[in-house]
Amino acid sequence: MRTIFKTSYDPDINLFKDRFHRLCYAALCIVLILFPFFLNEYFIGELTLTLIWAIAGMGLMILVGQSGQVSLGHSAFMATGAYSVVILQSKLGLPFIFALPAAGLISALLGVLIALPTTRLHGIYLAILTLAISVLVEDIIVLAEPLTGGVNGMFASDIVIFGINFGRYSNIANLYWLVLFTTILLVLVYKNILRTPIGRAFASIRDSEVSASAMGVNVVLTKAVAFGVSSFFTGIAGAFFGHFATAFNYETFNVIMSITILLMIVVGGVGSIHGAFFGAIVITLLPVLISFLRDFIFQGTSINLMAFPGIETGIFSLILILVILFEPRGIYGAWLKTRTYFELFPLYRKDMFKRQKSYLKTERLR
Amino acid sequence: MEILQLIFSGLSSGCIYGLIALGFVLIYKATEAVNFAQGDMMMIGSLSIISLTSSTALGLSFIVAIPLMLILMALIGFLIEKIFITHITGESQIAIAILTIAIGFGLRFIAGVIWGYDPQTLESALIGTYYNFGELVISISEVLVIVTTIALTLLLYYFFAKTKIGVAMVAVSQNQLAAYYMGIPVKKMQSLTWIIAGLLAGVAGFLYSAKSSVDPITGLLGIKAFAAAVIGGFGSLPGALVGGLVVGLVEPFAVRFLPVGYSHLMPYIILVMVLIFRPHGIFSQTYSKKV
Repeated sequence: MRTIFKTSYDPDINLFKDRFHRLCYAALCIVLILFPFFLNEYFIGELTLTLIWAIAGMGLMILVGQSGQVSLGHSAFMATGAYSVVILQSKLGLPFIFALPAAGLISALLGVLIALPTTRLHGIYLAILTLAISVLVEDIIVLAEPLTGGVNGMFASDIVIFGINFGRYSNIANLYWLVLFTTILLVLVYKNILRTPIGRAFASIRDSEVSASAMGVNVVLTKAVAFGVSSFFTGIAGAFFGHFATAFNYETFNVIMSITILLMIVVGGVGSIHGAFFGAIVITLLPVLISFLRDFIFQGTSINLMAFPGIETGIFSLILILVILFEPRGIYGAWLKTRTYFELFPLYRKDMFKRQKSYLKTERLR
Repeated sequence: MEILQLIFSGLSSGCIYGLIALGFVLIYKATEAVNFAQGDMMMIGSLSIISLTSSTALGLSFIVAIPLMLILMALIGFLIEKIFITHITGESQIAIAILTIAIGFGLRFIAGVIWGYDPQTLESALIGTYYNFGELVISISEVLVIVTTIALTLLLYYFFAKTKIGVAMVAVSQNQLAAYYMGIPVKKMQSLTWIIAGLLAGVAGFLYSAKSSVDPITGLLGIKAFAAAVIGGFGSLPGALVGGLVVGLVEPFAVRFLPVGYSHLMPYIILVMVLIFRPHGIFSQTYSKKV
């Protein structure tokens, strides 16, 4: 186990713990950049989708993991991002490189608009409100037919930046690199937000609103900013999702999608960027694994799993239940435990990560 | 007369929402958790009563089938609590909410495997029996829904206000540790709550199947019942019923008087409005903590 000898307060907020840490992430980046050279198009497509889900997951993670507010309506921001990036390009003729951040900003604006009147809400009430908003946005998309194409949906043309084509079907490797670049950029933004005063304010309102306001944190403003940043990330993810799917309509961004994003970060591990990525990997790997398993079981026992529609959601909910019951910090928590086990070998004790026994207290008195 | 007809159909669907909302509120009152799977539990209740009475499946008479279904639902509630919920008592509300969402997904999958995804209807003499009062047409099933709901609400209200067990359940919800000190068997109380919630879901499911056809997606009706529970304040039993009636009454009027496409937005718009202007519902039960 390496220990860092700190001589000032700076190392506490450094992006990387030490040189080894930095090297690991540099190596990861290089491997990710090199992937398209030795994988086929199908896998690059899946990787791109994973990264898009990870961006969406990071968006929700800022809200849930950092500032402690729960949203069951993040598909609304995905939808806003996807629709606005296409509309900005086709109706206003903006190039993609401007349309993408603009789409993010439009989502952020929507997020702040939703957050401002609802900052008095917390916990379950906020979750239900955002659930209602995600249902509402789905219907509003259908009603705003001249802009959004109504029930028929929209087609996203290939992304073109400075004459280079980033199409889903023509140039998937380019699209992958574009998404990867954006993801790395957003991870850096996320990491840096956490070490600014506003990032610490997020953590303080997550832990206790009363003491945060006693310490001079403007709770309303901080919540609104958290919502804005979160929906900016999710909007960007939505914009890429639209271009990745190439055709989408109101049903693409339904309530199930919002819940999926939330479940994704819970499975991955709430409160860490790693969690968003682990969750995204689970989400994209699961259908692949199931279809593999399906063939395998069918050949072995001639039990046809195709006879059970919706088996993906079934297995996913099972995984989720197991994670919440046995590993509440998600996959990232499990990884931390394994790492600590080997770092401290043979001194690791079973109770090191044990949850403190807690009792239920009403949240109606707050 | 048309208005009266709309009110009547609104009341009967409002009662269903109210019953699901009662399930939410009950569990929230007693365990401080929100059971997102309540709608799906109702769906299981509907589908099992349909199967129990259908002439192609078991073909039991209602006198046998209804208690059987209620026992099944009580068992489902009990098992959900025993297997899943007890393990995470005291965790944040959100963890429990996510867990129940996952359970809801699971129930929907199980229902899809057992019953398939085609809509099914209840075989009963009740359906399609109408009485005409002048121009007003009243179906027996709607009367049944309204009467049962009112009776159940009164019963539950009495249970929580007057009986010892009911008061103990409220105490458990407000401070578990203090309830332990007072000698209340906290774990039994929580099991009991989930059993009652299962029974409520069963009753709601039976009444719903008497009104319309059911498929595994029906459980998503729960979202509308959320609107009902929130309007009522999420901690108040009569509030849940009132909220359900508000949502139920708004719907047929919106369908009648608003342009197509706007009508089913109404319950959610009401929900958002209530949350913005009365964040803790009309019958609020939240008190502010002082430093």
